[in-house]
Amino acid sequence: MSTRYDISPGELAGIVELIKLNYGYDFSDYAHASLLRRVLRFMDTARVKTAYDLKYHLTNDKDFFAWFLQTVTVNVTEMFRDPLFYKTLRDKVLPKLAAYPVIKIWHAGCSTGEEVFSMCILLHEAGLLDRARIYATDLNPVNIEKAKTGIVPMRYMKEYTANYQQSGGKNDFSAYYTARYENALISKELRSKIIFSQHNLVSDHVFNEFQLVCCRNVLIYFNKDLQNRIYHLFYDSLTPMGYLAIGMKESLLFTDIRHRFETVHAAAKIFKRKL
Amino acid sequence: MIQKPAENLLVVGGSAGSLPIIMSLIENLPDGFNWPVIVVLHRLKNVNSELVKLLAGVKNGRRVCEPEDKTQLRDKYIYLAPQNYHVLLEADKTISLDYSEPVHFSRPSIDVTFEAAAHVYGNKAAGILLSGANNDGAYGLEQIWRAGGSVAVQDPETCEYAAMPLAAIHRIREVLILQPAVLALFLENLLLNK
Repeated sequence: MSTRYDISPGELAGIVELIKLNYGYDFSDYAHASLLRRVLRFMDTARVKTAYDLKYHLTNDKDFFAWFLQTVTVNVTEMFRDPLFYKTLRDKVLPKLAAYPVIKIWHAGCSTGEEVFSMCILLHEAGLLDRARIYATDLNPVNIEKAKTGIVPMRYMKEYTANYQQSGGKNDFSAYYTARYENALISKELRSKIIFSQHNLVSDHVFNEFQLVCCRNVLIYFNKDLQNRIYHLFYDSLTPMGYLAIGMKESLLFTDIRHRFETVHAAAKIFKRKL
Repeated sequence: MIQKPAENLLVVGGSAGSLPIIMSLIENLPDGFNWPVIVVLHRLKNVNSELVKLLAGVKNGRRVCEPEDKTQLRDKYIYLAPQNYHVLLEADKTISLDYSEPVHFSRPSIDVTFEAAAHVYGNKAAGILLSGANNDGAYGLEQIWRAGGSVAVQDPETCEYAAMPLAAIHRIREVLILQPAVLALFLENLLLNK
C-alpha cells in the first residue's frame, strides 16, 4: 500500500467507456469513490502503472478483463450476515409468504451464493422450500459458476454457525453441509430450488414477478441516479404487497418512489410494495 | 432536504484503548468547532454495539449517528463508521459505504476513510490517530498530510497500545504528537488557521 498509482477522473471515464464498448458492462453510474478505489487496487495487483497501459491490456486481452471484472466488483459475502435481518425474515416475512402457492424470490447480486443458501435454510425450516423458486443472479459469470457448486470455505463455518444461531436457528447447523477438508458442501436438497443466472442490474430488465426481492449491499456501489433506476426495477419486479430487503445501512430515502413502499422493519431494512 | 455540504472535515481513527479518548474528545469539542467528525473505530463484527448510544449520551449539541449510504456530510454531526462497512467519500461530500475486503483485518478501516478524506477535502481535512495495536491509519494519515491537511497522533507514551500512532510517526515527519488533554487545543487551532 506504500506506492499507489493515481488516475484522473477523465482517465477513469475513459476506462469505463472502453469497457462499455468492448464488453457491454456499464460502470458509468457506479459510485465514483468506490469504483476508483477498486480500479487503483486492481492496477496495484496487476502491476499496471498507467491508465494507458490498463486500457491497452483491457482492449487486447479478454482474460485480463475477466480478472479486472473479478477484482473490481465486490464479491464479499457471508452466510446469515446480519442475524437481525434473518430473524426478521423468519418471524415477519416467511409466515406471510406461506400464503402463496408458489413462492418466488429474487436474490439480485448474489455473489457466490452464501446469502441464497441462508435463505434456503430458512425456507426449509419454515417448511416452505418445496414451494419456493429462488432466482439468484449476478453480473459476474465467475460468481455464478462458483455459486452453482454449493461450496463454501470451511474456515468461515464457525462464524456462520454463530450467525445462524443468533438469527434464531435452533437446528444443528452442520447437518446442512458436508465438510471436506477445507471446504463445506451445502446439501444438494437445500439448493434444489435455486436457479442461478447472469443478470446485470444496470442493463437488464424485469424478468419475473416476485414476492420477495433481496438485494443487500449491492446498490451501495451505485450512484444515486442508478440506485433510483434499480429501485424502480425492483418495484416493477414485485407483486403488490411483495417484500424488498436491502442492506442494513442502505436507504430508500433518495429514491423518488419511496412513498410506494411501506416499512416492515426499519432496522432490518425490510420494506413492502404498496398495492 | 437540500443543505450545504460541510466545508471542512475532521476524521478520527482509533482501535484498542482508544474509546475513552474518543469519548473525552467528543465531550470537549471546542465551542464553535462545527466541523463534521467521522469516527472510525475498530469494532467486533455482528455484535450490536452500544457505541452510538454511548456517544450520543455526551451532551455537546452535536448529533451522533451511524451514516447510511449517500448521507450528506453536514456541520455539527458526528458520524460513526458502521460496523462491517468501509466509509468512502464522494466529491459531492456524500458518504459511499463499501462492503469490500477488510484492510489491515479491519472493516471499517481507518486507512480507507482517511485516504478518502484526503482525496475529497485536501487541505480542509484534519486527521487524528489514537491508540491501537495494528498499523491501520498510518498510510491514510500520511495522505491527509500530503494533501495539506493537519495531522496529529496520540502521544504513544499515553496509549494503551502504541503501535498505531508509532506507525504514523514513522511515516510522517511533521505529525503532531499530542497528549489527550491537548487534543481540544489542536481543534481550536484548526479554527484559527482557516
